Amino acid sequence: MADENKRRNMPGELCPAPVIDHKQIVLGHGSGGKLTQDLIEKIFLPSFRNDYLARLNDQAVLELKGSRIAFTTDSFVVTPIFFPGGDIGRLAVNGTVNDLAMSGAVPRFIAAAFILEEGLAADDLVRVVESMRQAAADASVLLVTGDTKVVNRGKGDQVFITTTGLGILERPVTISADQARPGDRILLSGAIGDHGMAIMSRREGLEFEGPMESDTAPLDTLVAAMLEASEQIHCLRDPTRGGVATVLNEIAARSQVGMELDGRSIPVRESVKGACEILGLDPLYVANEGKLVAVVAPEAADAVLNRMRAHPLGRDACCIGEVVAAHPRRVLVKTEIGGSRILDVMMGEPLPRIC
Amino acid sequence: MKYLDEYRDAELAQGLLEQIRRERKRPWVLMEVCGGQTHSIVKFGIDNLLPKEIELVHGPGCPVCVTPLELIDKAHAIASRPEVIFCSFGDMLRVPGSECDLLTVKSRGADVRVVYSPLECLKIARKHPDRQVVFFAIGFETTAPANAMLVWRAKQDGLENVSVLVSHVLVPPALEAILDSPWNRVQGFLGPGHVCAIMGYQEYEEICARFHVPIVITGFEPVDLLEGVLMAVRQLEEGRAEVENQYVRAVTRAGNIAARKIVSSVFRVCARKWRGVGPIPHSGYRLREEFEAFDAERRFEVGTIVTQESPVCISGEVLRGVKKPHDCLAFGIECTPAHPLGATMVSSEGACAAYFQYGRYQKVGVGE
Repeated sequence: MADENKRRNMPGELCPAPVIDHKQIVLGHGSGGKLTQDLIEKIFLPSFRNDYLARLNDQAVLELKGSRIAFTTDSFVVTPIFFPGGDIGRLAVNGTVNDLAMSGAVPRFIAAAFILEEGLAADDLVRVVESMRQAAADASVLLVTGDTKVVNRGKGDQVFITTTGLGILERPVTISADQARPGDRILLSGAIGDHGMAIMSRREGLEFEGPMESDTAPLDTLVAAMLEASEQIHCLRDPTRGGVATVLNEIAARSQVGMELDGRSIPVRESVKGACEILGLDPLYVANEGKLVAVVAPEAADAVLNRMRAHPLGRDACCIGEVVAAHPRRVLVKTEIGGSRILDVMMGEPLPRIC
Repeated sequence: MKYLDEYRDAELAQGLLEQIRRERKRPWVLMEVCGGQTHSIVKFGIDNLLPKEIELVHGPGCPVCVTPLELIDKAHAIASRPEVIFCSFGDMLRVPGSECDLLTVKSRGADVRVVYSPLECLKIARKHPDRQVVFFAIGFETTAPANAMLVWRAKQDGLENVSVLVSHVLVPPALEAILDSPWNRVQGFLGPGHVCAIMGYQEYEEICARFHVPIVITGFEPVDLLEGVLMAVRQLEEGRAEVENQYVRAVTRAGNIAARKIVSSVFRVCARKWRGVGPIPHSGYRLREEFEAFDAERRFEVGTIVTQESPVCISGEVLRGVKKPHDCLAFGIECTPAHPLGATMVSSEGACAAYFQYGRYQKVGVGE
């Protein structure tokens, strides 16, 4: 039994007989947290392992005849499809634009595949598509190819969209989750948790005081501005599912470094903070769709931060902590009252607490 | 944020810590009763800030943790029925039964839904008159009024497709069980703030007198908890044993009279099994006779399900404050929040989960 457990914890050696602990897929496997990692490490990686995939970034950077190309894909299955601050169409374009931008690439082309549920109102599809057109124009990307399928009523949820994107790296930068170095500064582009709480409050019919809107936005121009300030940007991630806590843990693990955050410096809107308090959720684990986390060389941090603050999507940017050599793979947070705690990877779906 | 930031104020917290250090002369063992308090203590690193002579042990006050395995298996049996819409508070979904959890039952096709208020079940029942809507009515005295209101309203409105699977537990009998135990180490309690907001604190005066133990009804924010510790330490140093109320912004001696009334009109006190602890007399609620038609255990005939608990898990000792989570051999290895062996690893309010999430299996501190 002990041996078996030991083996299960060493995903790299499982090939060719993948083992997952669940006999069925549960929703938590899509949460972006520990269960998603399990799925990747125990099922997908053993089958498809190659040097590009093994970097486990949100995009792959490919060398093709002297050009460096960023390539990514992402599926969108949000309920409800229209929510305060956006809709599934805008999300699908921005999400893929952002995955490309997080490598330092300039997003250029997008493909979109639609899975439509029988009975979807045509007007709703028109709204979603119009919103995608607008988002693509905003991010200066062209939607160049696509596909459509329709499934029986009850076999889908109105509309699922998969977008695939292609971008060009015009600068000689290597921005990847394994590039963080001790001494680097951790920058955050603005207040966290807006998207996740906007969706949750709309989905569950919860009414909170104060506006709560998704922050969905294309981050390509913000990244371009940051790279103009300095190319000493080591890691970039957009903290979507699993939130800031999850991306910082991923960077810490991939780079074999520790991190120390100042809990007081992490911006959270009052309305989001209140909703999280009521539901017993931690904003650090809640999804964002228009924010980024950057790990930047210390000598470049001020210049990058100033440039972020001059950009409309980085007005509230701040430094939230530092990369350290001590306690590799662990992210520590200094709490408001001066104590400390470890910020761990999220397990499954965040569940509201009973009381 | 108003009503929150002032209770997380670093200067106030440091001042209270200084006062605790000054007034403490001897070592003391205190128990925080509520899971919510444990969560805050670990989240804000309060136990690491206190002088090491003050030991905090984590009490049995996580309703998710103490719900017996047997009842969870019954929940799974009911939820698996095709006609049932099974509604629950979120964190009950990951509690392991003897075979799996409700999330897995859901992945096999059961209609399991998270609700934020028990009263949402009334809406669901009206929308689906051909289905049976079952609510998993768990919790301490805190959730009892809303759960009672669900049953009361269902009866009033003649909603025959509503029922509740009741696993309500009560704090005072659990404290007595802890104090009665020959292994007890607890010398003072941080009492359950939210439970007392409903029930008041009269019941605790008798426990104080009988066991000569200080009980300070305490809130959930860092400044509340530190003030609660200070008040308890002060009592212990002075040899007093009284009920004191730190959480004055929410708690009165009589509690919430309207809430108590609805609870006592729907529920009556009964013996309950506690997961990891065993049966405690007069420690729970069940439906009164006139509401028994709404009892899901009866309606779905699951009374015969009997289950045994994992022999490896020490959650019972953790719940009674005899052991700490990292005293367990399975902690963080076989037992993690993704794969909980026992109840205290399941809810984010459970002591083991709180220790795991905030990294207490490996002591490290921020930039000393």
